[in-house]
Amino acid sequence: MKQDTNFTNQEFRVIGTRVKRPDGIDKVTGRARYGADATAPGQLVGMFLRSPHAHARIKKLDVSRAEKLQGVKAVITSADLPDEHCGGDRELLNILENCMARGRALYDGHAVAAVAAVDATTAKKALKLIKIDYEKLPHVTDVDEAMQADAPVIHDWVYTVGVEPQPNKPSNVSMRAQFGHGDVEAGFKEADVIIEKSYKTGQTHQGYIEPHACLANMSPDGSGELWVTTQGHFAYRNTCAQILGLNMAKLKVTSSEIGGGFGGKTHVWIEPIALALSRKANRPVKVVMSREEVFRASGPTSSTSIDVKIGATKDGRITAATSECRYQGGAFPGTWALIGAMTSFAPYDLKNVQTVSYDVVCNRPKVAAYRAPSAPMAAFAVESTVDLVAQELGIDPIDFRILNAAKEGTQSSYGPVYGPIGIGPTLDAAKSHPHMKAKLGKNQGRGMACGFWFNFGGQTSTTINVAADGTVNLSVGTVDVGGSRASLSLICAEELGIPYEQVKAHIGDTAALAHNDMTDGSRGTFASGMATIVAARRTIEVLKQRAATAWEIPVEEVEWKDGCAHAVGEAHADKAPLSLAEIAANTENTGGPIAGHNEFVADGAGVSFASHICDVEVDPETGSTRVIRYTVIQDAGKAIHPDYVEGQFQGGAAQGIGWALNEEYIYGDDGRLQNPGFLDYRIPVCSDLPFIDTQILEIPNPNHPYGVRGVGETSIVPPLAAVANAVSNAVGVRMTQVPISPPRILAALDAESA
Amino acid sequence: MQVKLTGPLRSAAGGQASVEVEASTIRELFRKLCEQYPGFQAHMDNGVAVAINGDVFRDEWSTVIPEGAEVFLLPRIQGG
Amino acid sequence: MSGAHVSTTINGDAVEFACPQDESLLDALRNRVGLTGVKEGCGTGDCGACSITLDGRLVCSCLVLGVEANGKQIGTVEGLADGDQLHPLQEKFIEHAALQCGICTPGFLVAAKVLLERNPDPSETEIRYALAGNLCRCTGYDKIVRAVQAAGKEMRKQNKKKAKKKKKK
Repeated sequence: MKQDTNFTNQEFRVIGTRVKRPDGIDKVTGRARYGADATAPGQLVGMFLRSPHAHARIKKLDVSRAEKLQGVKAVITSADLPDEHCGGDRELLNILENCMARGRALYDGHAVAAVAAVDATTAKKALKLIKIDYEKLPHVTDVDEAMQADAPVIHDWVYTVGVEPQPNKPSNVSMRAQFGHGDVEAGFKEADVIIEKSYKTGQTHQGYIEPHACLANMSPDGSGELWVTTQGHFAYRNTCAQILGLNMAKLKVTSSEIGGGFGGKTHVWIEPIALALSRKANRPVKVVMSREEVFRASGPTSSTSIDVKIGATKDGRITAATSECRYQGGAFPGTWALIGAMTSFAPYDLKNVQTVSYDVVCNRPKVAAYRAPSAPMAAFAVESTVDLVAQELGIDPIDFRILNAAKEGTQSSYGPVYGPIGIGPTLDAAKSHPHMKAKLGKNQGRGMACGFWFNFGGQTSTTINVAADGTVNLSVGTVDVGGSRASLSLICAEELGIPYEQVKAHIGDTAALAHNDMTDGSRGTFASGMATIVAARRTIEVLKQRAATAWEIPVEEVEWKDGCAHAVGEAHADKAPLSLAEIAANTENTGGPIAGHNEFVADGAGVSFASHICDVEVDPETGSTRVIRYTVIQDAGKAIHPDYVEGQFQGGAAQGIGWALNEEYIYGDDGRLQNPGFLDYRIPVCSDLPFIDTQILEIPNPNHPYGVRGVGETSIVPPLAAVANAVSNAVGVRMTQVPISPPRILAALDAESA
Repeated sequence: MQVKLTGPLRSAAGGQASVEVEASTIRELFRKLCEQYPGFQAHMDNGVAVAINGDVFRDEWSTVIPEGAEVFLLPRIQGG
Repeated sequence: MSGAHVSTTINGDAVEFACPQDESLLDALRNRVGLTGVKEGCGTGDCGACSITLDGRLVCSCLVLGVEANGKQIGTVEGLADGDQLHPLQEKFIEHAALQCGICTPGFLVAAKVLLERNPDPSETEIRYALAGNLCRCTGYDKIVRAVQAAGKEMRKQNKKKAKKKKKK
């Protein structure tokens, strides 16, 4: 695989090497323990009863027969979950109501009751004994329909914010927002070509292979433990404690190995209820979602409807661009369309740009973050239109993008001015990539697209403990979703000057470390990496002090190099360097145990850009599409462990390809989800994909000591558009709706020939 | 200094694209904005990020705002 | 419960357990035998995370009843390594970074082992179709296919050595 690491001049010893991950053996032997793999003595099985209706009033909910069943130890409904603990916080109330319906079921799959019983058979029996009288209410699941004046209004407390004057009637539109600069009307007047197009994207699920699972163990005194698969055990702790009225510090949350998250495990679903069941039964309770429950009641991302308009001059300069992003966020207000609007035109240098968002409530599951949330759909609409404009102008799409690419100093479409960024270099690399020049066969087409994601930092806490033999424990509070323990161990080893093998990284629980924000926004290696650097440098200060003590010299005369303390100067020529292991062996005589820790806010995450190239072959008979070649070019800032950076590039591309071609929530007229399983919600399988080529660019983030940018999310942003552009080039018809399923391609071909 | 408002944050200042505030840190900036524009508190509750010369700060309110810096306020958003 | 007594051989060891007639082999292996390396991703035979061998045949253990295992040989990920000696597939999965979250890895290893036993030198396409019943959401399969190719190569080398030794004898 081609690699370009010439951007940084820093000399590294172990950073950038492809070491074996520390949790590798556990994961290939079946020893690694995930959410569903823990047990506790006397544990019960927890299960949920879920609404079969898209929208219904719960007129009567009778659990008495279930409670009387032998072996049932607790039954929970919303009556057991008073809203007083939420303190009037709307967001917390929404989370609570999403975990358990309160008088109304708001979507197919909404939890209405839960039981804890001695075994699964008894729990299932108990669920059948719960009697519910539903009164079906009108529902709406489509984003455009939900915005209509005659749509059933889902919440009487949702009034559109961001509209002046604020409406005096509730609606399903929770927020309107607008971004941009310049004068788009004047800009369009300068244009020689204007293309305006509308697009739709289906609702997709993160599709992590591990369902949500936890083991809750609460005592009646309000203390407890939670073992859970999560992207943020501290956030889960805080949310669960707030909802249930517990003291945060009395609830210890341990993050298990996590079987994929992609944003879907940044939100609580079953966890507060598992704790409530455990508290009521005074026994440990294990809850594991079925795959059907995962689809119906966790995740997914928004389905969308987007309009894009771009004007450009004959010589290929964009004069104005607008987008209107309508995103449904499920049964509760979100800010998903807002993010779509912010990211819409981020790769471009635009004088006049305006993006508008409408966040919409629907009778679908509460939308959760999904890898660069909201950006892929906006990129699909924008990058498709960019291709159309280039086509109309007769300019190569990549040259058109290069002409209009944002650079250092460009004012972004969402506001701030960019520092050093990688969109230009990724486009240049794409243009000169052999993939771009490869010959295409019959029914084949090539497309390319750009993508952007912000990346985040956030609150982070990391601890390094030095053992007596000179090996080192690194405790971090971000979870390891894709090999970050290897990257963070490399960083720790680099700073301390010791071999990678002498560092053992692990994920600290909520009692062992200070607060850590969620592992989201591609922040794991960026933020915990930065925290590890500081913690290691503090550890070195202690090590130097200990060497100075042992040598009986001032610490100013000690320096740290290659994992050893060196006494500096002619006067100390007789002193052999003291290795970390030698210093660690004598801590009892030099001041006690040696550790270094760091608690801080890792601000300054660098934005990230990518350019993808995709070749497809479309079968005109069946309308089926195969991706035959795919290349990801992305700026990583600095690749700490290139294997896992490539892995992020490839995984995001594969998810995006699935979104582009197959994946979609299908709702019936009854508002029920028709494909809540991997058979009918088809994610890409091994035989669907080619090898995914990667090229890592390294344009250092000036705010990180090594130049690291987040790499996890951007890779899912371009594929929808790259695939759509490739398909459109293969069949000669513009596809404006994803997934580009065989029936949609056939319909488009039929329409074209008619 | 001039503080530019993006997206929904403009509603706090009656739709203005920018406001004049003298502040040397993010904390001071937020405090003064809340004093001058009572509607700003609601946005603070939802989360506000600050871009200073292109770098986005979400949490570190002690961050110093250099003189002549370009300051943008953005809604704080989620990642996956 | 109307339990059934089941006698099996798991990873070479005789194992007995009792389970209800309607319990899946997946649940029995995880909850009664303690082999939690066998993962549940869907419970409907679509994801392959619960892949095991039953008398040498690759199956989704979620689609087999516990009672059906009576008198049969079961192979799981826990039986892949020979003591502290990892199987070449395990070695290559680590070496090639063929796992990110790792939840699908046990199923992939079992499926790939069956493939390489039947077809020691599979083409890329053969590998992709043989593993099409195992879902991975993290890797895009790129590094998984490469790891299986590398393991196949390593195993062919080892088999050649073994064959040579035999000849000498």
